Amino acid sequence: MAISRRKFIGCMAAAAFGTTTGATGLAHAVSGKEFTGYPDSFGVLHDSTLCIGCRKCEQACNEVNNLGKPDNPFDDLSVLDDRRRTDEAAYTVVNKFNGNVFAKIQCNHCQEPACASACFVKALYKDKTGAVVYDESLCVGCRYCMVACPFNIPAFTYFDPLTPKITKCTMCLPLIQEGKLPGCVDICPKEALTFGRRADLIKMARQRIAQNPDHYVDHIYGEHEMGGTAWMYLSGIPFNEIGMREDLGTTSAPELTAGPLAAVPIVVGLWPVFLTGVWAINKRREKIAEQEQAAAVQAAEEQAAQEKTKALEALQQKLAKEKETAIAAEVKKALEEAEQNAQQQAAVQDETTTDPAAETPPDDSGKQEE
Amino acid sequence: MEFFTLHGFMTYSKGITYLVMGGILVFMPLYWLYLTDRDDD
Amino acid sequence: MSQETPIARKQYLTPFNVITGVILVIGLVLTVLRFTKGIGAVTNLDNNNPWGLWIGFDLLCGVALAAGGYMTSSACYIFGLKKYHSAVRPAILTAFLGYALVVFALHYDVGRPWRLPYPIFWSQGTSSLLFEVGLCVFLYLTVLFIEWTPAAFEWLGYKKIRGIVVRLTLMLTIFGVVLSTLHQSSLGALFMIAPSKLHPLWYSGYLHVYFFVSSMFAGLSMVIFESTLAHRWLHHKMDDTHLAESDGVALGFGKAASFIMMGYVGIKIIGLAVDNDWHYLATGWGAWFLVELVGFVLLPAILFSMGAREKNLTFIRVAAVWAVLGIVLNRLNVSLIAFNWHLPAADRYVPSIMEVGTTIFIVTLGVVVYRFIALKMPILYEHPDYKQAH
Repeated sequence: MAISRRKFIGCMAAAAFGTTTGATGLAHAVSGKEFTGYPDSFGVLHDSTLCIGCRKCEQACNEVNNLGKPDNPFDDLSVLDDRRRTDEAAYTVVNKFNGNVFAKIQCNHCQEPACASACFVKALYKDKTGAVVYDESLCVGCRYCMVACPFNIPAFTYFDPLTPKITKCTMCLPLIQEGKLPGCVDICPKEALTFGRRADLIKMARQRIAQNPDHYVDHIYGEHEMGGTAWMYLSGIPFNEIGMREDLGTTSAPELTAGPLAAVPIVVGLWPVFLTGVWAINKRREKIAEQEQAAAVQAAEEQAAQEKTKALEALQQKLAKEKETAIAAEVKKALEEAEQNAQQQAAVQDETTTDPAAETPPDDSGKQEE
Repeated sequence: MEFFTLHGFMTYSKGITYLVMGGILVFMPLYWLYLTDRDDD
Repeated sequence: MSQETPIARKQYLTPFNVITGVILVIGLVLTVLRFTKGIGAVTNLDNNNPWGLWIGFDLLCGVALAAGGYMTSSACYIFGLKKYHSAVRPAILTAFLGYALVVFALHYDVGRPWRLPYPIFWSQGTSSLLFEVGLCVFLYLTVLFIEWTPAAFEWLGYKKIRGIVVRLTLMLTIFGVVLSTLHQSSLGALFMIAPSKLHPLWYSGYLHVYFFVSSMFAGLSMVIFESTLAHRWLHHKMDDTHLAESDGVALGFGKAASFIMMGYVGIKIIGLAVDNDWHYLATGWGAWFLVELVGFVLLPAILFSMGAREKNLTFIRVAAVWAVLGIVLNRLNVSLIAFNWHLPAADRYVPSIMEVGTTIFIVTLGVVVYRFIALKMPILYEHPDYKQAH
C-alpha cells in the first residue's frame, strides 16, 4: 500500500510546517492538573468541501472491518438521500446536505473520550496513537457509552441475544500500527481525508482556511469540541447545516463529571463522622433524660418517705404524750382512791359500813387512746 | 506515573481514592470503638 | 391468619392469584424471548436511544422508591425517633426487595448479564459514575440483606446469630446512609456527562443533589404508600404496636416529606437561576417542567402539609401516592422524555408493549415475594420471643 504524501502529513510535513507537537492542544484540567493528550497522536482531517459522496470510504471500511454484504451496494448513491448514522453494519457513513454537500461521520476519537470516561469496566480507552479502542472481552453491554457520546457514534448489536457488543470505528488501529493508513483515508479519491499528527492537521487546516477564506467557514470542527477530537472537519457552510452540532461546548467529558465524582470520597469521609455524632448526641440525650427521670422518681420517693416518717414521729410523740397524761391521770386517780380508801377505811373503822361501787377504779385511760 | 489524558489520570487517581475510602470505612468504626471503650455506658 | 383455615386453603383461584399467575407466565415468555432473540426483539431501543423503560423506570425509579429503607432506619436508629421502630422492618424489606429487583431487571437490560460483577471484581472503570453506582448498589444490597436477616433468623429460631446481627445495627445503618447518599446522587450524575442530550431545564450541575434530595421524599412517600397497601391487604399480620404506631409514622413522615419537598422546589429554582434557564419556561418544555415541579412536587407537598396540620390521614396517603408519581415522572423525564429532546420525533423512543410487560412482570414478582415474606416472617409484628429485644 503506497502512502500518498498528501494523505499522510507525517514527520517531514510537520517539520515543513515548523511545528512542535502538542502546541495546539487544548489543556484539560481538574484540581490544577493539566493534560494535553498523547504527544504525536494521530488524527484525520475531513475537508467536506472536497467530498463528492462516492461512498468509497464506506466500502473500504466495510472491507477492512469484515462487516459483510451491505443492504445496498456501495455504488448505490440513492441511500445518500436519507439521513443515516453509524450502526453495527457501517462504522462510517456519508450524508448529503443541501443537495450537493457531503460529510462523512465516524467515531471522532475524542482527546478525552466521553465513552471511555463513562465505561465502568475500562472496555474503552484512548490509545497513544490517538485511536479510541474498544475491548469486547470486558464489555458488559450497559450502553452507557452510547448515552455519553455527544456524536451518537457507538452502536450496539441489539439482536445478538447473548454476546452483544458495541461497534464503532477503530481508526483502523491495526493498520496504523503497521504504518499503514486507515482504510477510508487510503481509498478516498478526492483526498478529502488526510491522516497525520493531530497537531499538524490543525496547522494544515488553519493554512487552508487562511489561503481560501471565502471557501471555508473559519472554524476547525473538532479542534475544541467536547475537549477536542482526533478527527476534525472543515466545511464551506455552517457546521450545523452538515449535521454537526455546534452547541457541544468545549468541556471534556471527564471535566463534566469531575464534580459529582469528587463529592463521592468526601461523603464517605464525612458522613460516618457526622452520623455517628448525631447518634452519640441522641444517645447521650436519651441517657440524660433517663437519669433525670430516675432522679425525679427518686426525689419524689424520698420526699414521700420523709413525710411518712414525720407523720409517724408526730403520731408517736402524740401517743407518748397521751400515755404520759393517762399514766399521770391513773397515778392521780390511784392516789385519790388510795386516799379515799384510807378515808373510807378510816370511816369503816369508825362506822363499820362499806360501799362496794367505790372500790372499782374508772376505766377512762382505754377510752382516751381510741 | 505520567498521564497524557485527564481520563487516564482520573481513572488512576480515583482508583486509589476508592481504596482509601474502603480503608476509612473500616478504620472509623474501629477508632470509634477505641475512643469510647472506657465510657461508663 | 383466617386464610389458613382448611376451607380458605382450597381457594387458589382468587383474583389476586389469577392475575399474578397470568403476569408471571407472560413474564417468563418475555424472558425466553429476550435471551433467545436479543434485546432488539423485545424492546424499542435503538442506537440513538440506548436506555429505555428498563433503565428509566426499573433502575432509576426502583432505586429512588427503595429509599424508604435508609430514611426509616436512619430516622429510628441514628436520629433517635424511636416511635418509627415498627416501620423499620417493612421499609428494610421493601428496600431489599426493591434493590434485588433492580439488579434482576438489569439482567434483562445489559447485554451480557453474567459480566455484571466485572466492574467490581475484574476491571474497575473508576472514572465512571456508573462504576460508583454499581459498587454502591452491590454493597447496599448486601447491607440491606444483612439488615433483613434478623427477621428470617427469628422465623427460623436462630437466636445466637440474630443477636450478632442486631448488635451491628448502628454500623449497618450508617453504612447504608453513606451508600444511599452516594448511589442515589450518582444516578442523577450519570446524565451530567451528556449536557448536549438532556434538556437544559433538567440538566444541571446540581443533578446529583436533586436526585439525592428527591430520593429522601420518594422514600418517605413510598413508606406511607406501602403501609397503606399493607393495611389493606395484610392487616391481620400487624401487631398492636405496629397498628398503634402506624398513624404516627404516616403523619411524621408526611410532615418530613412536605418540608423536604419544599426545600427541593427551592433548589430546583436555584438551578434555574444559576444556569439562567428562565427563558425555557416559556416554551412547551417549560410547561412540562412546571407540570413536574408544581403539579407533582409543590402540590403534593402542600397536601402533605394540610394532612400533617389537620391530622388527616387520607390527605397524607393521597399525597404520598401523588409524590411517588412525581418521582416517577421526574426520573422518566431525565432519562427518557427530556433526554434526546433535540432528536426529530421519528427518532424518539417509546417503550414497546413487551418492555412494559417485562416491567410489570418484575414489579409483580416483587409484590408476590413481599407478600410471601410478610405473611411468614415477623415483619409487620414483633416476634413474641424477641419483644423489647431491640
